Amino acid sequence: MPWNRRHLLDLQSLTAGEISAVLDTAAHFKTVGERSIKKVPALRGKTVVNLFVEPSTRTRISFELAALRLSADVIQFSADASSLKKGESLKDTVRNLEALNADFIILRHSASGAPHFLARFAQAHIVNAGDGAHEHPTQGLLDVFTIRQEKGRVAGLNVTILGDILYSRVARSNIWALRKLGAHVTLCGPPTLVPRVFEKLGCRVTWDLESAIRDADVINLLRIQHERQRKTMFPSIGEYAGLFGLNHSRRHLVKPDALIMHPGPINRGVEIDNSFADGSQSVILDQVTNGLAVRMAVLFLINGGRKEEIAA
Amino acid sequence: MSHLLLDAVSLGRALARMAHQIAERNGDEDGVIIVGVQAGGIHLARRLALLLKEIWRRDVPHGTLDVSMHRDDLDARGTLVMRSTNLPGDITGRAIVLVDDVLYSGRTARAALDALNDFGRPRRIQLAVLVDRGGRELPIAADFVGVKASPRANQRVDVCLTEHSQRDEVLVEDAMS
Repeated sequence: MPWNRRHLLDLQSLTAGEISAVLDTAAHFKTVGERSIKKVPALRGKTVVNLFVEPSTRTRISFELAALRLSADVIQFSADASSLKKGESLKDTVRNLEALNADFIILRHSASGAPHFLARFAQAHIVNAGDGAHEHPTQGLLDVFTIRQEKGRVAGLNVTILGDILYSRVARSNIWALRKLGAHVTLCGPPTLVPRVFEKLGCRVTWDLESAIRDADVINLLRIQHERQRKTMFPSIGEYAGLFGLNHSRRHLVKPDALIMHPGPINRGVEIDNSFADGSQSVILDQVTNGLAVRMAVLFLINGGRKEEIAA
Repeated sequence: MSHLLLDAVSLGRALARMAHQIAERNGDEDGVIIVGVQAGGIHLARRLALLLKEIWRRDVPHGTLDVSMHRDDLDARGTLVMRSTNLPGDITGRAIVLVDDVLYSGRTARAALDALNDFGRPRRIQLAVLVDRGGRELPIAADFVGVKASPRANQRVDVCLTEHSQRDEVLVEDAMS
């Protein structure tokens, strides 16, 4: 078994074999969700803490349901009503959670590297549920899982990631997973949000929408991250929608079998219009279903993992 | 060091005898489903289903069951490779014959009972194993046994089948070898 890690901190440090191990395991957990009894006892007696220092709804719910379907007990810990607001440090918060015998800590934090920091001292298994603009590994895994389920493979496919790349942890995790599994990755968006430096990760960078989507087997649209932008990186939402939005007028540029993906929440009329969001090529809701299976697989695998990781 | 517990001929006879015992204990009308436990039981289950087809002169449904999500020793075993669960239709009201290669602690059989429970309520569940090596840690017994053996705790029982090995045979090996 190629998986022996205690934590899931990022996709950058995973091998292609480890990523495939998660995807293979997730495929089995997906079938659990299709049964009348959608619950298995694999994590019975374990305690999972959802430590979401930065707000999130869909990722938090997905992790919560994943833990519940594995029969774990789940505690929700949100930033706005917590000791962190009273000045407690993250380290002290986690030590307190561990004093309550938490076995897993799912961390969402605005600071890049926060989960790696926890992994250095915590006894619990740490899962990164998004750290700043760094990584969102389970989103990257569920995206490649969805591509593999729909297309039968990942290697050799042309995958275009469109939108706010600079501030996107989803883009970074996707790039790592896709490159490791052998996909060709194209990044597209306004030059201010898609700098050339991403070519160093083995991606093609283009600011021309037509050349980005013409040969794409997969188009992954990213939301404009208003909350992570310190200043305006493009003139207006209207101009962004006109230049880079996937809308009906660009239908002829998109391959008829291209998958349309979006991590959500979608801004209809900005990066995507209804014809694409609700069209037959859209797998946006499949991504949600698959995310649950992938998160069950991650919790199951790291529970059996033994290897102590030296945090970066 | 290893010694031969069953050669190809005696393995074939053991399976044929088990198939006849299954047919004696279950009527044709019971709707028997043969379920192989991943990974060691799946080929044996398919073979038993074929032998029962000759006895009953009809197709006998068979499937596979992965029990890794239902084990009680996950913490001790580390990360497991998950395999497919594929049951041929609704199991409620049917007679299930669980098939595994080796019965030892009984923990796999217990996990299999729990896993089946998630899919429905069978009328009865019986257990068929090619090798019963003793050493039970739970009050579980097999209904149909190919061969009994008493290897030492540090010895391994290796079931080789032509589906993935050169020949049909069962070996008892020292763990060192």
